[in-house]
Amino acid sequence: MTIKEMQEVLDARFLYGEELADLDAQYVFSADMMSDVLAFCGKCSVLITGLCNPQVVRTAEMLDICCIIFVRGKLPDENMLALARGKSIAVLATSHYMFTTCGILYENGLRGGA
Amino acid sequence: MGEPLIYTYDIDGEDFTRAGEASSSVKNRLKMLGVDSAAIRKTAIAMYEGEINMVIHADGGTITVIISDDAITMVLADRGPGIPDIEKAMQEGYSTARPEVRSLGFGAGMGLPNMKRFTDEMKIDTVIGQGTTITMKVYLHSDGL
Ligand SMILES: Nc1ncnc2c1ncn2[C@@H]1O[C@H](COP(=O)(O)OP(=O)(O)OP(=O)(O)O)[C@@H](O)[C@H]1O
Ligand SMILES: [Mg+2]
Repeated sequence: MTIKEMQEVLDARFLYGEELADLDAQYVFSADMMSDVLAFCGKCSVLITGLCNPQVVRTAEMLDICCIIFVRGKLPDENMLALARGKSIAVLATSHYMFTTCGILYENGLRGGA
Repeated sequence: MGEPLIYTYDIDGEDFTRAGEASSSVKNRLKMLGVDSAAIRKTAIAMYEGEINMVIHADGGTITVIISDDAITMVLADRGPGIPDIEKAMQEGYSTARPEVRSLGFGAGMGLPNMKRFTDEMKIDTVIGQGTTITMKVYLHSDGL
């Protein structure tokens, strides 16, 4: 599923990275604790989280994640978006809750990939 | 490659927003050196966990990274409170992090176990009231650089 397709099914907004919209992802990890992400994300290239601070982007950077999806309307600030831009990490924001966000993507064929 | 490359970073213990900058810089340098991507990933994860620990549990400190032909060595030295029971601290899920730290997404008690998991060698030297030095090594194959 491409980032563009994820954005559509989640009614999400691109906060950064429309030029990355065609990147393809298969495996997704979701968590609010960044050490869990660091431990178990494995081959996942998309991170779904309800946590919103610069360490989310740093964590994604360490793991070569290509897209961060913020749930329940969380909006990263300009500093976080600048970090994401610097690392070419797409940033989406959806108003769905975590469970619904994961469910929609699962229904569309994405899987967890630890 | 010849002479090892040595980089030193001062870690500010007050500034949670900037935690991770040193790890990010090391990751970039390793990429530019053409180090094998699996080794970069292991180094980045382990160093980042250690850097975060220095900010949330100690009062900042210094990280020295030595890149030689056969390994990446990270030395994380802080002047924090020290770790009273290393065996306990190494257990998954053990954390003394305050609730504020948890609300920032850390304090799951996974950092030290992650550092162990993602490195080939790890040693903890700690003195209560004086600080902790953690030395980690990720091996490189000779064709890695
Ligand atoms: N540099 C340090 N100085 C003093 N104590 C430390 C240091 N690093 C770790 N500790 C102690 O060891 C415990 C376990 O550390 P660990 O990194 O595994 O978990 P955490 O930092 O609490 O949570 P997480 O890493 O999942 O965010 C910490 O809660 C803390 O008590
Ligand atoms: Mg930790």
